[in-house]
Amino acid sequence: MVSLQPSPCGRLAAAWEVLSQIPDPEVPVISLCELGIVRGLHETAGGLEVVLTPTYSGCPATELIQDDVRAALAAFGEIQITLQRAPAWTTDWISEAGREKLRAYGIAPPGRVLSAEAQPIRLVHRASLNKLACPRCGSEHTEKLSAFGSTACKALYRCLACQEPFEHFKPI
Amino acid sequence: MSQASIQVGTSPQVQYLLRIGDSCLILAQRLGEWCGHAPILEEDLALANMALDLLGQARALLTHAAHLDGQGHDEDQLAFLREERQYLNPVLMELPRGDFAFTQVRNFAVATWLLLLWRRLQSSTDPELAAIAAKAVKESAYHQQHAADWLVRLGDGTEESASRTSAALALCWPLFNELFDADAVDAAAVASGLGPSWAELRPEWTAHLNEVLTDAGLAHPKPSAYVSAGRRGVHSEHMGHLLAELQYLQRAYPGGKW
Repeated sequence: MVSLQPSPCGRLAAAWEVLSQIPDPEVPVISLCELGIVRGLHETAGGLEVVLTPTYSGCPATELIQDDVRAALAAFGEIQITLQRAPAWTTDWISEAGREKLRAYGIAPPGRVLSAEAQPIRLVHRASLNKLACPRCGSEHTEKLSAFGSTACKALYRCLACQEPFEHFKPI
Repeated sequence: MSQASIQVGTSPQVQYLLRIGDSCLILAQRLGEWCGHAPILEEDLALANMALDLLGQARALLTHAAHLDGQGHDEDQLAFLREERQYLNPVLMELPRGDFAFTQVRNFAVATWLLLLWRRLQSSTDPELAAIAAKAVKESAYHQQHAADWLVRLGDGTEESASRTSAALALCWPLFNELFDADAVDAAAVASGLGPSWAELRPEWTAHLNEVLTDAGLAHPKPSAYVSAGRRGVHSEHMGHLLAELQYLQRAYPGGKW
């Protein structure tokens, strides 16, 4: 049902091309496709259906993203947007190209998400788990300033080697 | 001009969803009150971000509850147009935001409770509820971790921070009972596979709390037999004030939108 790759069919391919150019409103360096939230694109009688998966339950950009998609695809007819909750979006769906763009933009990309079973419940004494490379100088001599940054999806860090503060896209 | 109230149905399924959805909604309202008042900027952002996650979870749950209720209501009508007795959150969520220690104690208790609840709800027989839970479980894990870090820092901090955290724990302690009180609504949820009985979450919840309290050097308050009844709509004196602020705009300007 879900077609994640551009279809050879011309109209859908053209629509995918348009979608791949729409920037995320909060992190404009990365596109909606690279972020992994466009989960499907289908032709309908009068236009197109776009299947989107929201990132966070309360992400305030969700509605703006829908408006952006509608506006960008206006030439393709009637655009129907379907919000699909399951399977839940994960940062593992951010493409490799997207991760590199985040890093170049100064945001440390998320590591791989461990499955819930693989994650030990460890509420205290976790200091050793915290090794994150600075997106500017690459040093792992960094510290977390706050688990919540300018948006729900990011945490605030500081590099102790180059002294620059930076954001980290949290694995979720 | 003012907007009339709505009534929701009393089916156990709708009640079960409202108990969770209202918990998220009311705690989001309390956390939102910290915006501009937290002790440091990072915490202002953190509390507002957590409020946003909870509000998003509440929106999904209230939308689904309205759908199951079948009266044609939407999330906004459920959030803004019910009378106090129709809100089904445990009383713990509605207590005033208190000081920073109180907020972190409550956040830890609620985040842990929600985390355990979401984990089980991922295998709910209701696919929409399972999908909401699969998303929310990841968010609650971050909320729990954040509050755990603060409890250790406050409990194991200065004399002032430790005494305030102990006082907050003593204040919350009797209200924790309601989070695990079993009744007919839970029993129906278990029978239909909708979700767990909340009583079943208690041992694991207690284990998480004990781990953090031990590390924070905080003692357990004395056990209490008191059980509040917010989940049946019987709220504390604080709820009316909270709702007055929450509902004001929609009551005064019906259907107003951003």
